[in-house]
Amino acid sequence: MGGAEILVRARGLTKRFGDFHAVVGIDFSISRGEAFGFLGPNGAGKSSTMRMIGCVSPPTSGELTILGLNPVTDGPAIRARLGVVPQENTLDLELTVRENLLVYGRYFGLPRAVIRERSAMLLDFVQLSDRAGDQVEPLSGGMKRRLVIARSLINEPDILLLDEPTTGLDPQARHIVWDRLFRLKQRGVTLILTTHYMDEAEQLCDRLVVMDGGRIAAEGSPRALIQRYSTPEVLELRFDPGDHEQAAEKLRGLPAERLEVLADRVLIYITNGDEALAAVRGLGLEPLTSLVRRSTLEDVFLQLTGRHLDD
Amino acid sequence: MTAQATRTAPAAAPGRGGARWSFAVREFRFWLTDYRRTWRGSVISSVLGPLLYLGALGAGLGSLVNRHAGGTLGVSYLTFIAPGMLAATAMQTAFGEALYPVLGSVKWVQNYFAAVASPLRPADVFRGHLLFVVLRLTMNCGVFLALIAAFGATRSPLAIASLPVAVLTGLAFAPALMAWAVTRTRDTSFSVLMRFVMVPLFLFSGTFFPVTRLPGWLQPVAYVSPLWHGVELCRTLSLGTTDLGGAAVHAAYLLALAAAGYAAALRTYARRLHE
Ligand SMILES: Nc1ncnc2c1ncn2[C@@H]1O[C@H](COP(=O)(O)OP(=O)(O)O)[C@@H](O)[C@H]1O
Ligand SMILES: [Mg+2]
Repeated sequence: MGGAEILVRARGLTKRFGDFHAVVGIDFSISRGEAFGFLGPNGAGKSSTMRMIGCVSPPTSGELTILGLNPVTDGPAIRARLGVVPQENTLDLELTVRENLLVYGRYFGLPRAVIRERSAMLLDFVQLSDRAGDQVEPLSGGMKRRLVIARSLINEPDILLLDEPTTGLDPQARHIVWDRLFRLKQRGVTLILTTHYMDEAEQLCDRLVVMDGGRIAAEGSPRALIQRYSTPEVLELRFDPGDHEQAAEKLRGLPAERLEVLADRVLIYITNGDEALAAVRGLGLEPLTSLVRRSTLEDVFLQLTGRHLDD
Repeated sequence: MTAQATRTAPAAAPGRGGARWSFAVREFRFWLTDYRRTWRGSVISSVLGPLLYLGALGAGLGSLVNRHAGGTLGVSYLTFIAPGMLAATAMQTAFGEALYPVLGSVKWVQNYFAAVASPLRPADVFRGHLLFVVLRLTMNCGVFLALIAAFGATRSPLAIASLPVAVLTGLAFAPALMAWAVTRTRDTSFSVLMRFVMVPLFLFSGTFFPVTRLPGWLQPVAYVSPLWHGVELCRTLSLGTTDLGGAAVHAAYLLALAAAGYAAALRTYARRLHE
């Protein structure tokens, strides 16, 4: 990060709705060319933060600087340089794919010829060229999401804001979206995204903050967060529901770094999962299933908050 | 794909805070694009609706009224009601354009939220949509006025001035309705508003009979009704009986309502779109 131009800077950023604190004094900085993520469960305050960065929601207090400008007084100038993929698509379903881009490009004051030229390029980029003249309504969820991504690029933004870019999409559609976002990242587009999918955060983010209850619980690269807040491996065990409690009690005797007893599974955080599994068997326990895997951001979140990302 | 030299319009836009009508025009153009889908049906109904009304009320009911009340109105019944219905058309257009399309813009289509992600501000979105409402008022009232003239139901060349007056009558309603509609999350209250505000105004604002025929206690209600002021203005223009003082009072009343609605809408749009 050292020396890179800071595009977004927040200090003590707070958003209140009435008495409810949606975002509580968060600090972060995002540099040009970075892919920066807000990872957290529903209600963590991710969208509220994104909307403040998108200059459509004035901060209640704290400092926020975007592209060196103040979102409260320079909203139009900042928004002219942002691309926004909101949590909800806000597409006009009765217009065609191309018309949606035309309407949106006009909001930015782009001449029709420029919009036409960019639309062709962008629809090619999101693999929707063959649907350009079709109405949006019947498109699949993944296609609509890709169209919103194309739309967000119509003004050639400095920063792309993506609020849960793949929520609600099936796995295949998600992978197409990830692939496109990855290409944008390769081209040096600054990405700011929110997600409650740990795999999405791991795949796309250079750096992320873990958000919960309107606060930032931790910050770092996915790898650094896992290193700091989890063990290299995790052993997941399932027992017969009848034996679950009893087995969990016995497992507390293991020399593991941490033990999480969930409703249906036991997670053992350890350096070497296979050795741990042998030790479990040594205790005379026979799990129904066992799985040794690497730690993920989900484990980081569990460690930090005691809850799951999709709770 | 990023950070290119092409910087879009904000740099060229007028200073902060001012009324950027160039931004409003961008929103207006969205509504034009949207209208391209439905303009045929809308134009046809703006012709057929008035034809039905003018035919049934003017020729049908009119022949009865003319025979029995002959002379009390001083003119034929058609000539009496036509300018009143012109003003009422403006009110109906305002209700039609300022409620569901506004709620849809935040709730169903969400085009307002798409717009404010761009340089447009809530005020630009409001002004742009209002421009489109003005266009729709002009179209519907223009067609209506042309039909009245074709029916020979105007008495004075001043009738041409009843077009801007009718638009102003619509504007006494539209901004206030938009200001309110943008705060809604459901449309349940819309039909209540139509049934218990619009329809009574339609019936008791002197459109079909002089308000002096209303029971005494109801007459003040008519004088508060923006529609009554619009009807009076349109009618005196159409009959060529306008007196300047009266006209000024009516117009000032309508303008004041339009201005109040406009100011309210600037606030409610900002609150809803920049939450
Ligand atoms: N406009 C609003 N009015 C009241 N509460 C809100 C509003 N927007 C969000 N909230 C509340 O703020 C909290 C954070 O919401 P949000 O930022 O949408 O979280 P996330 O995007 O992480 O799911 C939630 O509890 C939500 O109910
Ligand atoms: Mg959200």
